[in-house]
Amino acid sequence: MADLTSNTCGIISPNPFWLASAPPTNSGRQIMRAFEAGWGGAVWKTLGQPIQNVSSRFGGIQWKGNRGVGFNNIELITDRSLEANFKEMAEVKRNFPNHAVISSLMVETKEEWKDVIKRSIDAGADGLELNFGCPHGMCERGMGSAVGQEPAVNEQITSWVKEYSSIPVLVKLTPNVADIVPHGMAAQRGGADGVSLINTIKSIIGVDIDTFVPQPSVGNKSTNGGYCGVAVRPIALHMAASLARHPEFNIPVSGIGGVTNWRDALEFILLGSSSVQVCTEVMLHGYRIVEDMIDGLNNYMDDRGFKNLDEIIGKAIPAYSNWGNLDINFETVAKIDEDKCIGCNRCMVACHDGAHQCIHPNPLGGIIPIVDESECVGCNLCQIVCPVVDCISMVQVDNGFPEASWNDHIVNGASIRPKKGSHGYDMPQ
Amino acid sequence: MSKLPEDRTENVFKDFKKPYTTSQALAEANRCLYCYDAPCITACPTSIDIPKFIRRIANDNVRGSAQTIFESNILGMSCARVCPVETLCVGSCVYNEMDIPPIQIGKLQRFSTDRAFERGWEYFEAGPDTGKKVALIGGGPASLSAAHRLRRYGHQVTIYERDGLLGGLNTTGVAPYKMKADASLTEVEWILSIGGIQIETGVEVPKDISWETLRAEYDAIFVGFGLGKDSYLKGENTDASGIYGAVEYIAKMKLEQLDVSSVQHAVVVGGGNTAIDAVRELLGVDIQNVTMVYRGGEHQMSGYAHEWAEAKKENAQVSWRSQPVGFVETDGAVSGLHCKKMDENKKIIEGSDFEIPADLVLLAIGQGKQGDLMSGLPGLEIEWGKVVVDEHGATGCPGVYAGGDCINGGKEVVNATADGDVAAKAIHTFLTGENNG
Repeated sequence: MADLTSNTCGIISPNPFWLASAPPTNSGRQIMRAFEAGWGGAVWKTLGQPIQNVSSRFGGIQWKGNRGVGFNNIELITDRSLEANFKEMAEVKRNFPNHAVISSLMVETKEEWKDVIKRSIDAGADGLELNFGCPHGMCERGMGSAVGQEPAVNEQITSWVKEYSSIPVLVKLTPNVADIVPHGMAAQRGGADGVSLINTIKSIIGVDIDTFVPQPSVGNKSTNGGYCGVAVRPIALHMAASLARHPEFNIPVSGIGGVTNWRDALEFILLGSSSVQVCTEVMLHGYRIVEDMIDGLNNYMDDRGFKNLDEIIGKAIPAYSNWGNLDINFETVAKIDEDKCIGCNRCMVACHDGAHQCIHPNPLGGIIPIVDESECVGCNLCQIVCPVVDCISMVQVDNGFPEASWNDHIVNGASIRPKKGSHGYDMPQ
Repeated sequence: MSKLPEDRTENVFKDFKKPYTTSQALAEANRCLYCYDAPCITACPTSIDIPKFIRRIANDNVRGSAQTIFESNILGMSCARVCPVETLCVGSCVYNEMDIPPIQIGKLQRFSTDRAFERGWEYFEAGPDTGKKVALIGGGPASLSAAHRLRRYGHQVTIYERDGLLGGLNTTGVAPYKMKADASLTEVEWILSIGGIQIETGVEVPKDISWETLRAEYDAIFVGFGLGKDSYLKGENTDASGIYGAVEYIAKMKLEQLDVSSVQHAVVVGGGNTAIDAVRELLGVDIQNVTMVYRGGEHQMSGYAHEWAEAKKENAQVSWRSQPVGFVETDGAVSGLHCKKMDENKKIIEGSDFEIPADLVLLAIGQGKQGDLMSGLPGLEIEWGKVVVDEHGATGCPGVYAGGDCINGGKEVVNATADGDVAAKAIHTFLTGENNG
């Protein structure tokens, strides 16, 4: 049994799986049920001055019969009193001293920050998370992503918090920026002990085509919300990894965005996250999903002989490079397993219309297409569209050219292989 | 354990449900709605957390998926093949309510458990020795399930089996298009691999060892010795050759090579699941005319409707409302079945005599109950030959528990497995005072 104990800038939890600050962490009773189900930590639903929420708060994308592949919300921070929340936080910590409770905060003035920080520490919180990410409602009042989008403001408020906090401080970043790096660096300059990302992405989830009101509809109006769920994971992975690999960024990352199972979580860990936060999948299926996250990660680690998370955190970071460093002479071609092919020809139409026209009907007849390897550029499209597992594989070809990147080619004149897939169109006539 | 011959008659049968490929399993697993407090779990006698194991397949944690199954049902590999899922888990899938094909839970369970066997994943180890000894009578699914659970608790266990092979009807009775004998024996070996399960084959209780001796030597006893021999018909020419009990004959098909080349007309008497299995198995070994003879009408059969529907597709013939009253004999061999017609109320219509040609007759009209073998035990109750137990499998005799066919009169493997598990937990509480529920 691998040791799944997680340490994110001094916040220790029995496993790296935390509930993100959201409806599943709205009350102490919920969080205690979540800990009983196996969650290692919970970031409390963001605390701040009392607000009022609207009816109709969530929207989900239904895509080819699957509900909730994308999800958005226009709910604000907690609408419960600070007194009740801090009382429950203390109760949770009394009952679960070894689980991580992180107090998520969003207030305006320095005095208000001082107050909620002290009360969080008094309640026994293991860390703070500064909500600089919420992209709807609160940002209209100068909080949430309005802070996260301004590095100077981010840095200043972070430094206020550090002035008052004796416990680790995570800054939760918004993805609604062009480049995440300056914002992570601002948090680091402000003294943050770590960052968590991503918060939700500004979005309109859909439009009711009968009433002409966008969704989720609040009577005859709607507003932009925060987008999350499976569909945002690639964006989140990129942003988390962009910070984790940056040579001047030296604080831990808590990864968030579209995690549904142990594999998704592991991808964040391999790209440098020390802990992983989950919300949407819990909203869709309940706290119970953590059972398989723990079991699946443990089995993965046992199978490969990894003993603790330190051995895998960031393991894929060295391989995340710039395009200019990729080996242009690395060559693959598609191979179709004739025993597995069902003859749907989706690879052929995808290759003809969406790629480089190298999969064709077999001239000898039959349902199984053939690959013209002399023109196959190894793009993977056929493998992606093939409905049969392991039917199309991308196989490496030894073309005799030694490894050479574009940068090697430009700087050192390294020789690169001839292009494929142009069918002679760009040859001199 | 003795090796089975390769040329067994059962080997001509192919699996009636083909195993899933990885693509098929993923597609099906991803269709599962992952219900909360799911009806499929309630429908399973062993309460496997079905949505959980299916989600684990979808999440590429097949090892964890099989563990979820085995935690509740150590015979999960055979149950995946032999369970009447149409009437249990699959029949209760919520998709049925939506008129959408239900999740193929049995096939997904087979996918996971087959992988576990192929890869040799190990999940269980015996608990620290408690010094307590438990005897298990009968080597079928009930006792195997109980023995494994008891070993996990750390108790010493000994299985007493009358015959030479373990696995009970899983080994000798399951229709070969569902599972073959060698698969059952592989499962037995896998269960025994927890270590420390003593096996005494060829020992019949109470003939060879008395209940008194067992009670003196062991701290608790679990009885899972199933049913007795096939029931026989009375009437003329019952000693003609070519007449067999169905359970006895199916065991021969599964363990030996039978020559059926000369059989022209086979008849199976009965209307239960053993009768339907026998009909389909005889058709499967290419006997041209196979007729089921049953006293009632189609709607009165106790066999599963989905199984009978398959038999009909395979060209089974049937004689409804027919009561055999004797056999016709030619040169010492059976040549026909002498019947009378019955009315709606299963009453014989006098003068309705007729004859069905038959050179092979299998009798699937029930098996003897063995409860009386336990009649010497103080406090033990027997009702219609069945051992009476409470909801924990406890008989009226302190320290003596029972489960499987000997308490229910003949149900599914999964019922016996559940009984064994329930009784093992109760035995553990009885022996230690701990309730590990």
